[in-house]
Amino acid sequence: MEILKDIWGFLKVRKKFWLLPLIVILLLLGLLIVLSGSSAIAPFIYTIF
Amino acid sequence: MKEIILGISAYYHDSAAALTIDGKIFAAAHEERFSRKKQDSSFPVNACRFVLDEAGVSLGDLTAVVFYDKPYIKFERLLETYHAFAPSGLKSFNSAIPVWIKEKLFMKDNLRKELSKLGREGEKIPQILFPEHHLSHAASAFFPSPFKDAAILTLDGVGEWATTTIGYGNGNKISMLRELWFPHSIGLFYAAFTYYCGFKVNSGEYKLMGLAPYGNPDAEETKSIKRKILDTLVDIREDGSFLLNMDYFDYATKLSMTNDAKWERLFGFPRRKPEQELDQHYMNMAYAIQEVTEEIVLKLAATAKELTKSDNIVLAGGVALNCVANGRLLKAGIFKNIWIQPASGDAGGSLGAALAAHYIYFGNERTEIDPDDSMRGAYLGPQFSDFDIERVARKYGAVYEKFNDFDKLCDKTASLLNNDTVIGWFQGRMEFGPRALGNRSILGDPRCPDMQKKLNLKIKFREGFRPFAPSVLEEDIQEFFDIPVKSPYMLLVAPVVESRRCRIPDNYNELPLYERLYFQRSDVPSITHINFSARIQSVSRKTNPRYWQLINKFKEKTGYGIVVNTSFNVRGEPIVCTPDDAYRCFMRTEMDYLVMGNYLFTKKEQPDWSKTDNWREEFKLD
Repeated sequence: MEILKDIWGFLKVRKKFWLLPLIVILLLLGLLIVLSGSSAIAPFIYTIF
Repeated sequence: MKEIILGISAYYHDSAAALTIDGKIFAAAHEERFSRKKQDSSFPVNACRFVLDEAGVSLGDLTAVVFYDKPYIKFERLLETYHAFAPSGLKSFNSAIPVWIKEKLFMKDNLRKELSKLGREGEKIPQILFPEHHLSHAASAFFPSPFKDAAILTLDGVGEWATTTIGYGNGNKISMLRELWFPHSIGLFYAAFTYYCGFKVNSGEYKLMGLAPYGNPDAEETKSIKRKILDTLVDIREDGSFLLNMDYFDYATKLSMTNDAKWERLFGFPRRKPEQELDQHYMNMAYAIQEVTEEIVLKLAATAKELTKSDNIVLAGGVALNCVANGRLLKAGIFKNIWIQPASGDAGGSLGAALAAHYIYFGNERTEIDPDDSMRGAYLGPQFSDFDIERVARKYGAVYEKFNDFDKLCDKTASLLNNDTVIGWFQGRMEFGPRALGNRSILGDPRCPDMQKKLNLKIKFREGFRPFAPSVLEEDIQEFFDIPVKSPYMLLVAPVVESRRCRIPDNYNELPLYERLYFQRSDVPSITHINFSARIQSVSRKTNPRYWQLINKFKEKTGYGIVVNTSFNVRGEPIVCTPDDAYRCFMRTEMDYLVMGNYLFTKKEQPDWSKTDNWREEFKLD
């Protein structure tokens, strides 16, 4: 999977390995969201997210 | 083989696409103009199609596609911000993160999927590059500028981490010298006041800037608001860097900009509800925050000068659209020359991304530097033929007069302007950037005292206090305004010359808003703002010969080489793109005439606009 390679590259370049567990959990959560088919709506106030 | 690069900005606000061929800016457009959704943030499929068609190229011909920021670093910022503020921000986290893990983290895949729809079956998708957000802004400011080297100041809400940067551009290189990071952001700081004064964040900043001159500079309240801002909300350092007191700002982790209860305790008045009557508190607040913003910009510019020793400065980022601050920077004389990217907001990031790839990633030399600039007047959008105009006329059964001689059409239009009528003016290529610069404009006579009121209330249907900008012949700019340079992109504010001003009463600043507003301040009252300032567009014969010709005709008739220019749209509507958009906007409003290409449409002669065409339902108020 290209995304995993890209994320690993990003963590290495930015030296932010501590984000890895968080990203893994979030990706698993993401899988759940995709599987459950629910929609994701961006916060509206200012698109800094 | 030619090097063709497609730049894209998308998924946050104001999506756009830009195309460069061997470093030359070929075409650029905002997605909102095609989709008719103001500040459309979706993938700019229509804008991409337009720029590719304009160049006659296909996806497979592209050397690279360049997205205007780095999604992973933005995600890093999100995670670290939530981590730093936890447990506060859970609600915002819950709404922001699903979008990321479902869509934005897979940006490369999403872009490929969207791009593949633009190409032919099986066509190869070129490499996709991701320069940093502020590098895209910096590139959009420096590479098209007329300077060989320049200090670069980028100011906006936020990109990945950076909110403000000082850089140096020389030849084909840009080096970043200083960065200020989220959450300390001048863009979000200004947006917080926009929000507190009851305007929409991301579009109402312009209104706040227009409201500022209504503040009373001598009032104790204005001075007190400014003092409180400086003592409590922001700590500004000598070099222009600053720290915001995040106890008062909620944007980092919540779904609002300000902590309203704390602000109310600090300033003594509540947040204004949208569309609520404007009272003096908010005008004074607008005045104070504008002053503070200008002070920050000036200090940053002084630091940029110290770091780069350059004579030139270029600006980009949403805050660079604050033309009052730009005017003050010009007047301060810190730099000999100043150039501001006309599409300074995120849309312009698409162009900057493409240029950054051309010069920095592919390492091409920057050999030709246009002494004006290489933005081609920002006329980079689509244009339409006589055939397109006639087709629209047929569609609506519209009545028109065709002029084979454009000079005669200008003569007629100038006479109509001289009779206090309001005219929609639609010519040539659409502008790139938020300002209409005479190709998608509504025009009026600046000498007419009622023009400001008429345009605001009957044509644009917007707030009565909002000022209008002049388009003046480039050669006549100093006849009207106290400004030593030209201002082709309406990005500099300067005062009307003393000799044209009227005497104002001593208690002028204490009069109620509308009494001040309707007081005749100069012999060009409808473009003279309440404090005698104007947001100037100088029109060059070289860049926009048709518009120049019209204004020159108006000058021949009246002695005034100047007209009122406002964007061709109603409130909440993106600026018109096609003849169809223009005709519908013309018929919805009390505009008297429409000139499209060589065609003149007279409102009185048009068939009844029987369609239940309610723009208020089609466009949300901004």
